[in-house]
Amino acid sequence: MDILVHAVTKYPLVTAFVVVGVFMYVASIVAKLFNGRVHSSAIAIVFGLILAFIGGKYTGGKHGIADVSLFSGIGLMGGSVFRDFAIVATAFGVKLEELKKAGIPGVVALCVSMILSVVIGAATAYAFGYTSPVDMATIGGGAATFIVGPVTGTALGASSDVIALSVAAGVVKSISVMILTPFLAKIAGLDNPASAAVYGGLMGTTSGTAAGLGATDPRLVPYGALTATFYTGFGCLVVPSIGYMALVALFG
Amino acid sequence: MVIYGLALMGGCMIVGTGLGYLIGHLVGIDANVGGVGIAMLLLVIIARHLMDRDQLSKLAQSGIQFWSAMYIPIVVAMCARQNVVAAYNAGALAFIAGLGAVFAGFLLIRPISALGEKSDPLPPLGEEEAALAAAPASKGGK
Repeated sequence: MDILVHAVTKYPLVTAFVVVGVFMYVASIVAKLFNGRVHSSAIAIVFGLILAFIGGKYTGGKHGIADVSLFSGIGLMGGSVFRDFAIVATAFGVKLEELKKAGIPGVVALCVSMILSVVIGAATAYAFGYTSPVDMATIGGGAATFIVGPVTGTALGASSDVIALSVAAGVVKSISVMILTPFLAKIAGLDNPASAAVYGGLMGTTSGTAAGLGATDPRLVPYGALTATFYTGFGCLVVPSIGYMALVALFG
Repeated sequence: MVIYGLALMGGCMIVGTGLGYLIGHLVGIDANVGGVGIAMLLLVIIARHLMDRDQLSKLAQSGIQFWSAMYIPIVVAMCARQNVVAAYNAGALAFIAGLGAVFAGFLLIRPISALGEKSDPLPPLGEEEAALAAAPASKGGK
């Protein structure tokens, strides 16, 4: 038994390759059962999320299945180093002309979405009794991404339970983007590079758009990822400053 | 050599990250503003430049294409390490704030896309293509 455990834990990353490979294979079989109406990558992503849920329940940790030592390689493989490296790789072969077309709508989406997220987050916070501008800005930041929330909260001195709420709102956003995108893509007109760039700017969560577009049409990934990667930095810049000041002006 | 492709991509990423942090520093925050996006732009421009001059060998390209094709498996691993339990237990406030932002986003895709030049829908994916599609370069490159 010990030898067996050693064999699977000696090279965590290699174990992760095997586990994910098996997942992808099973997902492709399940996709056939659906007559190909659902992408096998979408199914694999849902498998991943289910596994993360089980892992989180089992260990009580924050990193899903990666907190189980047997699967620690998943944490490395799905971490930001590999993710960002692979996202950059998807840009290879992208047409510059398409990127140029996507430029202005992408920037507009970025700005509109930042305002909208803060407004929705702050309004929800207000409705639940968090009426101070600091709390509203923090939860509004969380509705942008789960990084903007805590960055805003820390900068403004929000209490730790409000910061935790903002992270939770961001996590809900990113996971619902992963799950909903393949289903809503058609209705939302998400079928060309320009709309993918707009989508990336509107959703903002890098992990959410990465998985959502991957499950919808992998060829759209670079366009969506390009705008989404600007979102968190932009949010960390404007939410604690302009966003907070606007909320102070309105509710202070 | 395969490593040339990886080195090119890695170089773009290091420069992009550096510029991202520089932008962050200039506006007074300790964050990487768009580093990955800048890296992607650099890769698109430099790879095009090199390929127009036939200076990016097939092997070097395959080094990049490998990582592009690894994209979906990496995303699956990324999903498996998300804090799904936290989202599940988030409570009404976090759910309304998070989901509200997502639905508002989906509603705005069409109107904001309409601002730009029209971009044609991609041709539908065939079954074979869907499996390989994570490597768009195999069609786009020379």
